[in-house]
Amino acid sequence: MVWVLIFVVLAIIFAAFQFNTAFMLEWLPFILGGVPLTILISVLGILLAIPLALLGALGRLSKNPVFYGVSSFYVSFIRGTPLIVQIFFIYLGLPQLAQYAPGPLQNLFILGTVTSGVLALGINYGAYMAEIFRAGIQSVGHGQVEAAQALGMTWTQTMRRIVLPQVIRVIIPPTGNEFIAMIKDSALVGIVGTQELFFRASKIGRQYFQNLETLVVAAIIYWILTSIFSYFQGRLERRLSKGYVREGGPHGH
Amino acid sequence: MGTDAHSIVSLSGVRKVFGENEVLKGVDLDIAEGEVVVIFGRSGSGKSTLLRCINFLEEPTAGSVEVDGVRYEAGPTSHARRKTIREIRSRTGMVFQEFNLFPHLSVIENVVEAPTTVKRMPRREAEELGMRFLEKVGVSDKRDEYPIRLSGGQKQRVAIARALTMRPRVMLFDEPTSALDPELIGEVLAVMKDLALEVGTTMVVVTHEMGFAREVADRMAFMYEGSLIEEGPTAELVGGAKDPRTRRFLEAVL
Repeated sequence: MVWVLIFVVLAIIFAAFQFNTAFMLEWLPFILGGVPLTILISVLGILLAIPLALLGALGRLSKNPVFYGVSSFYVSFIRGTPLIVQIFFIYLGLPQLAQYAPGPLQNLFILGTVTSGVLALGINYGAYMAEIFRAGIQSVGHGQVEAAQALGMTWTQTMRRIVLPQVIRVIIPPTGNEFIAMIKDSALVGIVGTQELFFRASKIGRQYFQNLETLVVAAIIYWILTSIFSYFQGRLERRLSKGYVREGGPHGH
Repeated sequence: MGTDAHSIVSLSGVRKVFGENEVLKGVDLDIAEGEVVVIFGRSGSGKSTLLRCINFLEEPTAGSVEVDGVRYEAGPTSHARRKTIREIRSRTGMVFQEFNLFPHLSVIENVVEAPTTVKRMPRREAEELGMRFLEKVGVSDKRDEYPIRLSGGQKQRVAIARALTMRPRVMLFDEPTSALDPELIGEVLAVMKDLALEVGTTMVVVTHEMGFAREVADRMAFMYEGSLIEEGPTAELVGGAKDPRTRRFLEAVL
């Protein structure tokens, strides 16, 4: 449809500007070689972000002033500063502090590019997701807890059987979105020299002055990756909505 | 010891304070087995809080609560008190104004959840029992539906079946028809009436439905500004309340 037209127009433009497809195909395997690292960084990043977000959310809901204050600061500070600054801070800034640390601990401050990237992405996304988790927990009304308690359920039973399943249903779709966004943001980690997808594409592009070609390749690979995960996320979302849709079919409301 | 050998619920000197606000100012109330008691009064009079003190959704600040021989004395939270609270909760069932069905569970799953997790009843046995009560309240054909697909009246009837499946000694109703569209109130009241008159369930009902109260309640209790100022057999109270505040309220609503 419209998309086909867009592709045709793009193909014409690329042809007119003597787009080097042979060059693209030649370096495709090398650029593709960055995909596993891109996915690894994103998966580890989201796995770090989830517990941080949970802590952040619980802190923001806590009556304990210290817990609340620390999580509020975390969410506010991280959301208020650029991700690229956070990556540089961990990769380039922390090693400067190593000299003040006792000998065996010094290595903790000097981190590899992948570790730095995962830490920065995890901490950054954790702050954003804390608000998602908080909303998810708040979306389960107090009446649910009261109904479970009135039936004689213990606190643990109430959480495990009644509250958490409802929270998880609410937070899984946005968490999937965050993961997809993180795949794209993981390109920023390439700037400190991680051999991921974007780093490889820009390296070859600069080396041979064929930036347009390699960047198009990188963009298409990112697009395919995010499309695949979006597809699975959509399916998961539909499965989780069982019991929350009034009628069968998408036009039921 | 209850004040009356036959009383199944016995409240004595129950006080509840929220911050500066004394919502219950020392309430005494005894309810006999099989009795239906309607608690009524203006909103904010403390009638819902009183009901919620019976199963400790609100913990009384002072006083004692005894249900089916299990006695609770107000005091600081302790392991023993929490255990007593769970004991009493397992003997009471509650129906809420907002239904509070579990939206992630189907009708039958809502009903068997507590028997299987709290009483460790085998799933099949719980389902059989649950189906009996779903039939009783007339929603057994909805067993595999999710709550969102039910009307308000159906939801509330499922909620009643869910509470009954725990085989409580006392059923507590907290404004069970206040959130319903007018045309759905009747079906819920009919189920409650059936429970009261046919089954002989002990019921404590907070409601504004004076027609239901007159027809079903054995006794009525009037709450005013945190105190239970008058109670008595329904006919006597409706026919000739002694306290002018009770009379004024009844004149306004009847």
